[in-house]
Amino acid sequence: MKDNWLKQGYIDVDDWRKDMNYPSEARRKQKAVAAIECFQEIPCNPCRDACPAGAIVLHGLVERPKLMEDLCTGCGLCVAVCPGQAIFLVEERERHARITFPYEYVPLPTQDMMVEAVNRAGETVCQGRVLRVAESKTMNKTRLVTLEVPLRWADEVRSMKRLEGDHENG
Amino acid sequence: MISMKQCELLVVGAGPAGLGAAIEAARLGVSVLLIDENDTAGGQLFKQIHKFFGSKEHYAGTRGFQIGQALLREASALGVEVMLNARAVGLLDDGSVAVQYGKDLIQIQASKLILATGAKENAITFPGWTLPGVMTAGAAQTFSNVYDTLVGKNILMVGSGNVGLIVSYQLMQAGAHIKGLVEVLPAISGYGVHAGKIKRAGVPIWTKHTVLEAKGKRRVEEVVIGEVDDQRKPVYGTQKTLEVDTILLAVGLTPRVELASMAGCRLGVERILGGHLPVHNQEMLSTKDSVYVCGDLAGVEEANTALDEGRLAGTAAAEALGYSDAKTADKKRCLVEGLHDLRMGTFGEKRLDCKSRVIEKWSCV
Amino acid sequence: MGNKKEHPIVDFVETELVQVTVDGKPLWVSEGKPIAAALLQAGIDVFRFTEKRKAPRSLFCGIGQCNDCVMVVDGIPNVRTCVTRVQAGMVIETQMGLGKLGDINETM
Repeated sequence: MKDNWLKQGYIDVDDWRKDMNYPSEARRKQKAVAAIECFQEIPCNPCRDACPAGAIVLHGLVERPKLMEDLCTGCGLCVAVCPGQAIFLVEERERHARITFPYEYVPLPTQDMMVEAVNRAGETVCQGRVLRVAESKTMNKTRLVTLEVPLRWADEVRSMKRLEGDHENG
Repeated sequence: MISMKQCELLVVGAGPAGLGAAIEAARLGVSVLLIDENDTAGGQLFKQIHKFFGSKEHYAGTRGFQIGQALLREASALGVEVMLNARAVGLLDDGSVAVQYGKDLIQIQASKLILATGAKENAITFPGWTLPGVMTAGAAQTFSNVYDTLVGKNILMVGSGNVGLIVSYQLMQAGAHIKGLVEVLPAISGYGVHAGKIKRAGVPIWTKHTVLEAKGKRRVEEVVIGEVDDQRKPVYGTQKTLEVDTILLAVGLTPRVELASMAGCRLGVERILGGHLPVHNQEMLSTKDSVYVCGDLAGVEEANTALDEGRLAGTAAAEALGYSDAKTADKKRCLVEGLHDLRMGTFGEKRLDCKSRVIEKWSCV
Repeated sequence: MGNKKEHPIVDFVETELVQVTVDGKPLWVSEGKPIAAALLQAGIDVFRFTEKRKAPRSLFCGIGQCNDCVMVVDGIPNVRTCVTRVQAGMVIETQMGLGKLGDINETM
């Protein structure tokens, strides 16, 4: 797994499904749950401190975070604080999945907008409907965008294509 | 006109390391003069607009420039005297420091000296590398994040270390297009999570590739890139031309050792830490007993280690000046342990080895 | 090259516009920005030409270390434009070669 991920810059979806932090099917279907895609030993632990439920176990500084999925409430505080932007929320409904990811570009999408949902490689895999764009002072300018996408793309969609029309010459 | 100035502790360089040193020394009661050649303090912190790694103690999850603001407030509250536009140009025989301050030359006599002069960015050369539009990644980062000025629209990034990855991301945040990133090594060298951010934004990352030529009349108009073999030699027939207006070099940093060298500090060489650097002991003392070194000068790492090395140097220098309290020994121990933790894990281990060697070299002098 | 309207992270403070002269032409720029930033925003990206080959040079390190971006400012050659901030009325000129001493003696 590691070799491939260091060559291409992202993890293959099959490897993600084998990862210790891949949430169980039962949990994914219950309600939103954190998908912690942090695969290297990095000296970093704010996700653990941000979790009000104590659902992230990480001893010391460099250990990989481990999610206790039964404790996770899907609040998304870890998603916003993670400096690596490596945490997402996944919730699986009957036919759709809701994917929440950190977003730090302008212009921001707005609710109900249809956008291009992209995978870890930045490729458009399907259309997604924007359910929510959350921001707060604690999140310190990182917005959390929640997209609704067809269920089959639940393990793939991790962001959206940047919207055009920003930053034009003033 | 040469005027004289005296202080107990002079800190050269007001980046994270220098600020950390000044803050901890001032906290123990030392009168500290902190000088910097720039017209603002904070070093390179103010161009870091991403959230930092680390722990609560390192303000993890806070953006770099916000950490800079917090450190400046703390230094000011503790009474650190900050002198800007003040460039340490040399060390005199009596141990005093010659400082160019505007048009004046000032001679500063300090009992202890902490050098936190940072690092400079490296460059690689190729035909066309002097064309306008070829510059360091740090230059583009400074101009975009501090001065609200994009240096280009269509950009090729060279180097996949954390600087190359983070600056690519930040320039996209400001509206630029990153047409691709080349890395001469077979794998991405920065953190995977930083690579993940620019991959999700669709940036091609070409490993085992390098820049062969920049083309353009008065500025960069095109870049030719190509694959390299295991000996890093270009592979014939793999050239690819991209239309870009800017080529950014993120190919490592080198400690700025000039002052340390002038002070007579013994230098060692650690390639992973950027090349020549002053050897030092566990508490950041150089081989000269009144000169401490910290931050990128003492080996290029990142802002968290720079800050903690600075805090350690400041605490140790204060103690040597006779300022300490019941908590000082404990504080130093915590900082030493914290620095050790920051150098754990897949990425830190090599730096940990280098640092152990540096400390060993110091004890052999 | 571009003047941004909006940034997702940084709240840039807009400064007043002041007039400077660049190679004899008037130019309005944001006060307090480095000369190099003001010029790049105005689409001016060649700051000097080298002595021997007359090759164009521009911004390189951006923090005052490499001296590639120097220009003649108020008659003084070799001014690092990446760390020198614009002021109203500044006279900025593309530097040819090493620059002439000009008014520099007055300042010494």
